[in-house]
Amino acid sequence: MSNEWNLAPAAESTSSAEIKERYELFINGEWQAPSDGNYFETISPASEESLAQVAAAGQKDVDRAFEAANAAFKPWSALPAAERGKYIYRIARMIQERSRELAVVESLDGGKPIRESRDIDVPLAAAHFFYYAGWADKLEYAFPQRDPKPLGVAAQIIPWNFPLLMAAWKIAPALACGNTVVLKPAETTPLTALKLAEIIKDAGLPPGVVNIITGAGETGAMMTAHKIPKKLAFTGSTDVGKMIYKAALQGNKKVTLELGGKAANIIFDDAPIEAAVEGIINGIYFNQGHVCCAGSRLFVQESVYDQVLMKLKRRMDQLVVGDPLDKNTDIGAINSKSQLQTIEEYLEVGRAEGSEIYQPECELPEIGYWCRPTLFTNVAQSNRIAQEEIFGPVLAIQTFRTIEEVIDKANNTPYGLSAGVWTDKGSKIFQLTKAMKAGVVWANTFNKFDPTSPFGGYKESGFGREGGIHGLSAYLDF
Amino acid sequence: MSRLNIQKTYKLFIGGKFPRTESGRSYSIENDKGALIANMCHASRKDFRNSVVVARKAQAGWAGKTAFNRSQILYRLAEMLEARSASFSEEIQLLGSSKSDADKEVVDAIDTLVYYAGWCDKYTALFSSVNPTASAHFNFTVHEPTGVVAAVAPEQNGLLGLVQIIAPIICGGNTTVVLASNTMGTSAISFAEVVQNSDVPGGVINILTGVMSELTPHMASHMDVNALVIARIGLSDESRDAVIENVKRFADWSTSEVDSNPYRILDFQEAKSTWHPVQTSTGGVSGY
Repeated sequence: MSNEWNLAPAAESTSSAEIKERYELFINGEWQAPSDGNYFETISPASEESLAQVAAAGQKDVDRAFEAANAAFKPWSALPAAERGKYIYRIARMIQERSRELAVVESLDGGKPIRESRDIDVPLAAAHFFYYAGWADKLEYAFPQRDPKPLGVAAQIIPWNFPLLMAAWKIAPALACGNTVVLKPAETTPLTALKLAEIIKDAGLPPGVVNIITGAGETGAMMTAHKIPKKLAFTGSTDVGKMIYKAALQGNKKVTLELGGKAANIIFDDAPIEAAVEGIINGIYFNQGHVCCAGSRLFVQESVYDQVLMKLKRRMDQLVVGDPLDKNTDIGAINSKSQLQTIEEYLEVGRAEGSEIYQPECELPEIGYWCRPTLFTNVAQSNRIAQEEIFGPVLAIQTFRTIEEVIDKANNTPYGLSAGVWTDKGSKIFQLTKAMKAGVVWANTFNKFDPTSPFGGYKESGFGREGGIHGLSAYLDF
Repeated sequence: MSRLNIQKTYKLFIGGKFPRTESGRSYSIENDKGALIANMCHASRKDFRNSVVVARKAQAGWAGKTAFNRSQILYRLAEMLEARSASFSEEIQLLGSSKSDADKEVVDAIDTLVYYAGWCDKYTALFSSVNPTASAHFNFTVHEPTGVVAAVAPEQNGLLGLVQIIAPIICGGNTTVVLASNTMGTSAISFAEVVQNSDVPGGVINILTGVMSELTPHMASHMDVNALVIARIGLSDESRDAVIENVKRFADWSTSEVDSNPYRILDFQEAKSTWHPVQTSTGGVSGY
């Protein structure tokens, strides 16, 4: 049989996605032009076409945003908590109502497959607002013998891998706890956060409660150095996270950091192999591997190594790389040109270190930023591709014989965000999940997220939790 | 004929042993009349680093004990301290405290140990959660120890201040290297004798005496220390900022008096969320 049975194109219509030519800054409930008059382009990484001009916030804009948030804090925190919660419920509902549009824009701006933005990013963002809305009038039950109070203004900086979802993770608990916020999305993916600003305006939130400003790292630095915020919340790289931690210490601000990772995904010989292979694929190729908790280090018990590798390669051969807006696409576009360069450098590093590379021979579009799903075998623990966060669809495979050996290897990293373990034996699951120095451990599953489940790291993957009851204390003063 | 009494040599407490500082340095503690009370070890950076090595070695074993066992060991510390309360009171009085103040400091230290002994097997139940995810998963969040904690005890209340900072750290399965009070550290080193007699494994509690400004830069920057807690004012900004190098957890307890509550334990805990799928039966439903 020939391999002509290719999937027919199944492109999602973009007609629902209205993108303005130019976006201003959302400050004090209004769209305000940047005082320096600077704008930057946001492009589609799949087509390299410009999607919109976006305002670059300078110092005066950052000042205005924090002043608006500061002025809004007193009345917002003084609202009856149930009323505060109802505003947040409204946001959740409006995200659901505009879910199709948000999903399309997310995939256009960031390059992720529409299947993921439609089924994961947008529903989870709505669920996050819905979950924390309900906490607003129940905070005193969460902390026995304590008197929880809002902190004030929060400065929040989020990355480009889950733009809308990270905005939800940051804004929802902050508002529920009675704070006001200034949020900055990443410069390559500002559009869904700006759509969220439209929703927040439509929901009738009092002006200044949520301010969304756009810009690059310099704008972020102005935010973290600013006098007004009492709280810094950051998701992103460990290097930038350390700078933000320092700014927080120097400014005597509360801080939570959700930083990089290099998760171990551990397959034992008694694992359900077919399910484990799906878990490996989902662990590292979900969202092009642009996931801080990606299962980028695979540890396979020696006795099943050949079998797992064969099935894994066969599964990789079936992955569809291409148009993010095609519903059949498994792996979309790499988020930016610079990230593609970073990934390609690591591919070179892997080869140079003596590891063997495997990539399926799938066709790639000629325009846009693409990377085939990649795995490396013959990887040593000390190799850079086994130590450093690549943030791309690149898997480093190692083998092990004993439980003790794999626990040592898995924990031998400065990171500690997540881990995965696959085995059919319950007691072994708990031995491993207890031994992993990681904030999120998936057993016989991977890359699952839920607003009720706290997420965050050990060690240099940061501290503080987002989600669940534990996510509240990040935004409260006691 | 009057008998010449035997004075105690105060040393460091590292890995369950009482070594002198490797630096050979000392400083003196005097009472308010200027009389010599003791020559104390002036611990060096290397003493601190050696302490971290043994604290790290001891950490997995300590965290791996059952919570009930840790609870009994903390209670044992209280028992041993109670038995020696008179001598601790006298030792504290030598530094100028009144008898009633010294007695109170000792009983407060004992009661603090009993308080946290009780928390060992309870705080996880109080602060854990089972999370009702919107998918077929069993998902729960529990706390685990952060690891090795470097600590600076308050300058006042050499015994009580030390106990108030050590107890919540070790209650939660961490090991610690703690810098005791500089001017009131005699009772802290005597407390090490209590530790040694209480089934606390060597390396779980390590106690140094010395100079805060000299040791805190190394406490903050050490890459194998997971958390730093300061219960004494005077930490320089430069020293503090070094905690960023390995994203060390930092707790500042210097701004108010240290009280006892279970939230102190959480300053040295990490929350772990564990997921597992739940099988759902898709077979036939009963039909009426």
